[in-house]
Amino acid sequence: MSAEAAVGRLPAASAARRARAIERMIIYGGLIFFALIYLFPLAVMLLTSIKPLPEIHAGNILALPAEPTTDPWKAAWSTACVGVECVGLQGFYRNTFIIVIPATIIATLVGALNGFALTKFRFPYHRLVFGLILFGTFTPYQAILIPMARTLGTLGLSGSLLGLIFVHTIYGLPFTTVFARGFYYSVPQELVKAAQVDGAGFFRTFWSVMLPISTPILIVSVIWMFTNIWNDFLFGSAYAFGSNAPIMVALNNIVNTSTGEKPYNIHMASAMLAAIPTLLLYVIAGKYFIRGLMSGSVKG
Amino acid sequence: MRRWLSSRVNMFVVVPTVVIVFIFVYGFVSWSGVLSFTDSRTFPSFNFVGLQQYVSLWSNSRWHASVSNLIVFTVGFVGISTIVGLLLAILLDQKIKAEGLFRTIYLYPLAISFIVTGTAWKWALNPGLGLDKLMHDWGFTSFQFDWIADPDRAIYTLIIAAVWQGSGFAMAVFLATIRGVDAEIMKAARIDGAGLVRIYWSVVMPLLRPAFLTVFIIMVALAIRTFDLMVAMTGGGPGFATDLPTNFMYQFAFGRQRLGLAAASAIMIFISVLALMIPFIYSELRREARYER
Repeated sequence: MSAEAAVGRLPAASAARRARAIERMIIYGGLIFFALIYLFPLAVMLLTSIKPLPEIHAGNILALPAEPTTDPWKAAWSTACVGVECVGLQGFYRNTFIIVIPATIIATLVGALNGFALTKFRFPYHRLVFGLILFGTFTPYQAILIPMARTLGTLGLSGSLLGLIFVHTIYGLPFTTVFARGFYYSVPQELVKAAQVDGAGFFRTFWSVMLPISTPILIVSVIWMFTNIWNDFLFGSAYAFGSNAPIMVALNNIVNTSTGEKPYNIHMASAMLAAIPTLLLYVIAGKYFIRGLMSGSVKG
Repeated sequence: MRRWLSSRVNMFVVVPTVVIVFIFVYGFVSWSGVLSFTDSRTFPSFNFVGLQQYVSLWSNSRWHASVSNLIVFTVGFVGISTIVGLLLAILLDQKIKAEGLFRTIYLYPLAISFIVTGTAWKWALNPGLGLDKLMHDWGFTSFQFDWIADPDRAIYTLIIAAVWQGSGFAMAVFLATIRGVDAEIMKAARIDGAGLVRIYWSVVMPLLRPAFLTVFIIMVALAIRTFDLMVAMTGGGPGFATDLPTNFMYQFAFGRQRLGLAAASAIMIFISVLALMIPFIYSELRREARYER
């Protein structure tokens, strides 16, 4: 009787298994399809950047190079024309590092202190203060562009790297504060109380109790600042001139100033060079990058 | 005195940042606001002309073009990104092998600058040498894709690039929320015999409502601020076919030396983001306050 029942159920079971197999195929098919679309521009950039120009005109954007070459990369680094000067990206690379490093360090440390002060020691209107800082992360920079240009002019910082460090530090602060506050918010108050019972003041508590456990949020903050400043175009194009331009302004100039036959391979090599630092950071520490991206938008 | 100081040290720590934010965010926005009521051209003047700049802004055909481009761009970008993001989140939620790899692939565009994205897509969609040629070589000889040079369609190419770059964000928000849905609820629905589609439609979807709101607000705010992508990809052209308010503002401030008009357009951009964000920030902080009690 039971054997009969089992036999009777068999086709149904295999039908269910087949349906499940088809379901899995659709799922993986969809995932792979989208993965290919997301990888498409990267493949196009990479392939174009290692092809000689005649091959680009003869083949298509996904054709493999018959004679791969690194010349476009070398040109992008040291001889490509950025506006009227044909000096490649190297100097602009250095500029951007000079801007990124101090702005990232200052904004991250000050943001961490703020976050700590805003969560573990209450003062009147702390939530309103935080709300005003939070909106600073959403402010469209068009609304501050002209006053900042005048201010940089008054301070004698127009067109200088120091001016861009100044701007990026200031507008990075709301972000780093929001990150740190979110993190310290979830740290138990008891930790702070225990330190205070031991007689530790604000800075002692911050330095010896909070900082040691803050590594994850410091990484989030550093990666966020680095990525945003490296990728900045608006401030760079508004406030830096000529050889003081940051990388993205230089890249845009390389692509838009070439006259005559366009060296697409050099354009793509330049784009790759400009993208590599943040891509590398993403591959190494993607988890922290996503955390920064999501903080403020998803709780918990 | 020492005691008083040490009990308030946290306030003194926050004060510099608060002052900085007040000056450089709220102060500067107000400064732009003041400029927008003057007849400033190359240099700021304090000759107040009331709403005249706003009147000329809203009777400027380029401004109208940029606003209507922005509306098309925002609807396309936010709508498609939301759908793609949700679809990817659901696909990734099916106990996938190599989930981490797929996630990494869907999210890497977010780490790349808009200038790089614009440069890459401009080349990939090059009429003649880009996608066109690829499809011809693959045997679709009648395929034609010259949208980037077509004034009526160029704005859609901007949407394509922006969706490619931004949809990962929607995916991440949806996935985080779906993962937060109680596994027991899902299992119960399974046992009740509900199919995959049914489960997502009637069990998960209602729980995703806050995630939809978050994605909507953040991505609309992102769309309004879009500037770099357009500069790198189309430069606002052909003609003004892909011009956006941010570009209008930039051009009139730094190219045409009409600070008053530029300030008026900046204030319009600011107000639209403000209107979007205030309820969002308010409700987030309210929720936090409730949670504390």
